[in-house]
Amino acid sequence: MSENRNTLSKQFLQFLPDNAVLTHNEDLHPYECDGLSAYRQVPLVVVIPETIEHIVRIVNICRKTNTPIVCRGAGTSVSGGALPLENGVLLSLAKFNRILNIDPVNRLACVQPGVRNLAISQATQSYGLYYAPDPSSQIACSIGGNVAENAGGVHCLKYGLTVHNILQLKIVTIEGELLTLGGSGLDGPGYDLLALLTGSEGMLGIIVEIVVKLLPVPECASVVLAAFDEIEHAGNAVTEIIASGIIPAGLEMMDRHATRAAEEYVHAGYPDNAAAILLCELDGIKEEVSAQISQVKDILLKHRAVQTRIAKDEVERQLLWAGRKGAFPAVVRLAPDYYCMDGTIPRRKLAFVLNRISELSEEYQLAIANVFHAGDGNLHPLILYDANKPGELHRSEELGGKILELCLEVGGTITGEHGVGVEKLNQMCVQFDTLELSQFHAIKHAFDPDELLNPGKAVPSLHRCAELGAMHVHEGKLPFPDIERF
Amino acid sequence: MNPIINNDDTVQLQELTQNAYAKKIPLRIFGSDTKSFYGNKIQGHPLCLVNHVGIVDYEPAELVLTARAGTKLREIEALLHSAGQMLAFEPPYFGEEATWGGTVACGFSGPRRPYAGALRDSILGVRMINGKGEQLRFGGKVIKNVAGYDASRLMAGALGTLGILLDISVKVIPRPQLEMTLVLEQTPEEAITYMNTLAGGPVPLSAAAYVDGQVLIRLSGTQAAVQAAAVKISGQEHEPSSSFWQQLKEHSHPFFSTETPLWRLSLLPGSPMLKIPGDWMLDWGGAQRWLKTNEPANLIRDAVQAAGGHATLFRQGELKDQQMKDGENTPVFHPLSKPLASVHEKLKTAFDPEYILNRNQLYT
Repeated sequence: MSENRNTLSKQFLQFLPDNAVLTHNEDLHPYECDGLSAYRQVPLVVVIPETIEHIVRIVNICRKTNTPIVCRGAGTSVSGGALPLENGVLLSLAKFNRILNIDPVNRLACVQPGVRNLAISQATQSYGLYYAPDPSSQIACSIGGNVAENAGGVHCLKYGLTVHNILQLKIVTIEGELLTLGGSGLDGPGYDLLALLTGSEGMLGIIVEIVVKLLPVPECASVVLAAFDEIEHAGNAVTEIIASGIIPAGLEMMDRHATRAAEEYVHAGYPDNAAAILLCELDGIKEEVSAQISQVKDILLKHRAVQTRIAKDEVERQLLWAGRKGAFPAVVRLAPDYYCMDGTIPRRKLAFVLNRISELSEEYQLAIANVFHAGDGNLHPLILYDANKPGELHRSEELGGKILELCLEVGGTITGEHGVGVEKLNQMCVQFDTLELSQFHAIKHAFDPDELLNPGKAVPSLHRCAELGAMHVHEGKLPFPDIERF
Repeated sequence: MNPIINNDDTVQLQELTQNAYAKKIPLRIFGSDTKSFYGNKIQGHPLCLVNHVGIVDYEPAELVLTARAGTKLREIEALLHSAGQMLAFEPPYFGEEATWGGTVACGFSGPRRPYAGALRDSILGVRMINGKGEQLRFGGKVIKNVAGYDASRLMAGALGTLGILLDISVKVIPRPQLEMTLVLEQTPEEAITYMNTLAGGPVPLSAAAYVDGQVLIRLSGTQAAVQAAAVKISGQEHEPSSSFWQQLKEHSHPFFSTETPLWRLSLLPGSPMLKIPGDWMLDWGGAQRWLKTNEPANLIRDAVQAAGGHATLFRQGELKDQQMKDGENTPVFHPLSKPLASVHEKLKTAFDPEYILNRNQLYT
C-alpha cells in the first residue's frame, strides 16, 4: 500500500506542487467521506490539480498503473458518490473554481466544475440572469457535482433539472482525451452524450468545464402557505393545482415532524399543529402571478386548508422558504442522526405512500419526518436515529430500503435527485433487471473499459444483485435466476 | 375523436430482432416513413412499427403520457388537447401520418424549443429493444429520476441506431390560455439582436423567427401575461397567430419550396450572420438557422464550425457536391472529431454489437 502511494505520488509531484499531492494520514482524513458520513474510507492519495493539462496527466498515470480515480467537488453528495477508494486516487476539483465567461447576449456562462451553484446566480445577477436549478445545498455544492448527479432542487417542476439547464460539457476521458459534448447552440452533432454524461456519477468521464444556461430573473415571485389537518387534503390540493393548468415555480410539502422542527429552527411562522403544510410559489409577470395566486388560494381552501397565508413582501417570502430549505438541519435537532431518502412517486400515490411510511416507521420503531417536492413527486423521508445506539444505523438503512422499494411498487424510482452512489446499489437490483444492468455496464465499458472511473458506484455488479436476491426472496421468486451463484 | 387503437406488438418485434441479430441481417426501422428523407440513405430488412400502437398511460394531473411507438402523433396531440395540455417541444410532423416513435428517433423540436425545451428534455423513459433483441426499460414515468445512466434521453435523435423504441414516456405541459404573434420589419442583424434581447428579459416568449425582412415574435401564457407583454413590445399583430409557426415547423412556408439543398445550422443564438451565399431563415431566436444554398458542404461546415456550431444537410435537394467523387454522398451529419467519433462507435457497439439497427443512418 505505502509503496504504491509513494510511487504514485512521486509521479504526480513531477508536475504538481507539494501541497497539491496529499499522502499523510492527517491530510487524507478530511476526504474520507462526503455528505453521506455513515460511509468512510481514506484514499490512497489526494491530488488537487489546477489545470486541464494536470488532469490529463493524472489520468494517464492512473490508466497506466491501473489506479482507480474518484472525483470530488464540494463533497456534499448524500449518496456517497465521492466516497474514496482505499487503492484509489481522490481527485479534488477544488481549484477549478473560476467562472470563465459570462455571455449575457446568449444567456450562458462558462464555468469550471468547482464553482459553487449559488455563485453562478450571484455573478450573473447584475445582467438580470440566473442559473435555475437550486438544490438545498446550493450555497456549498459545486456545479460539477450537480452535473455528475443531475441535481434538482425546489424549482424543478417549472425550470427542470441540471440536464435541462446545461448546454455544453468538456470532459477528460480515461484515455486522456479532452472531449466537447453538446454544441455552442442548443444542440450538438451525433448522440446526445451531454444527456448521457449528466447524472452519470463520475463513471464515464471527468467533467472539467461546463456551459450553463442562464434564465432571466422573473419579474416577480409570490408564495402562499397553506396548513392542513390531513395529509390527504394537502395531496389532493397539489393534484388540483397541477391539473388546473398552473405550473408553480415551487410546490413543497412538509409533514408534522418536519414542520415543527423547521419552525423551532427558523421561526418562519409555520402553524405548529398542522398535519401538513404546503408552500406554493408562483413567478413570472406581475399580472400573471397575481391572477394565479388567488386561483391557487381558492383551490387550497376548497381542499380544506385550515389556514392560508400569502407572503406580503420579499422578506416574508424568503422567511417561508428559509423554513423549507432549513428543514434538513432542523431535523438534526430532533435526533442525533438522520438518514435521508430520495424516492420519486407518481403524485396520485402520495397519500398511500405516506401512510405506508408511517406504518413502516412504527414497525421499525424509528421516527420519520417527511419533506416532499410535491410538484414533481420527489419524496425525502428523513429517518431519525442515533448511531450510538447499537443496531439503529442498520435498522434505519433497512427501513430506508423498504421505503425505496415502496416507491418502486407504486411506479416510481429509488432516486429522484441524490443519485445512487454507494447507498442505493441494492435497490438498483430491484429497479432494473439483469439485461438492463448489463446494458449499463456496456455503456460504462464504452467509455471506461478498465473500470477506473469511480468504480463500484451507481450501477451494481450482477453478482451483488444475485447475492442480494439469494438473501431476499420475494414471493417465492428468485430475482436474477439466470445468474450463476457461488 | 375516434378512440385510439391498442395493440402491443412487442413479442413479434422482439422475435424479428432476435432473428436478425442471430443472422446478422441489417434492419431498416420505420413507422409511416414521413421523415425518411432525413439522414444517410440506408439499406435493410424492413421492420415496421405501425402496428405497435396505443396510449399506455395518461393521467393529466401527473403531466405524464406514455404511448407506443406506432401511435400517430396527431392522435397523441388531440388527446392532450382535449385535456388542456400539449407537448412542450411542438414537434414537426413532416406528414400527417407521423408516428410517436419516429418523432422521438428524429429528435426534432419546433419553434417553442428555446423557451420550453427540446424533445429530449421532455423524455422521461423508454421501453426498447436493443440490437441483441433484448427488451429494456430505462427512465420511468416520473419527472425526477436519476437511477442509472440516462439511456432514455440518449435515444432522442439517435435515429433508431441504438434501439427500437417501443414505448416512450414524456412530460407534458398545460396549454397556454392565449398566444399572440407580433411582426416587425427588420434586417437580419437587427432581428438577431432583438430576439436575444427579448429572451433575456421577463417576457413570455414562446417563439422568435426571422424571414424575408420580418421578425416574428410569439407570446404565450395567461391572458394577463400575454396582453401585458404585448403592450411593451412593438409590432403589428399577425393573425391568426398559429399560421406562420405551423408553416415554419412543417416546412410548408414558401421559403422551403425549393430544390436547392437545405441546410440546418445550429449556432449560438446571438451569432452574427455567416458569410455564406444563399437564402436564410432564422428560427429558435437565432439558434437554428435554415440555409438554402448550392455552396459545397466543406465551405458551409468550415464556416459553421468556426462559429462554434454544426451543420446538417437536412434535405439533399439536387445537391451536386463537387467535393465528392462519383457515387459518394455528402455526409448528412457534421463530421465528428476523432475521439468523439470513437466514443460514438463504442456506444453503438454497446447497444447494437452486430450493427443491425439502421446501420449507417447517423454515421458510417
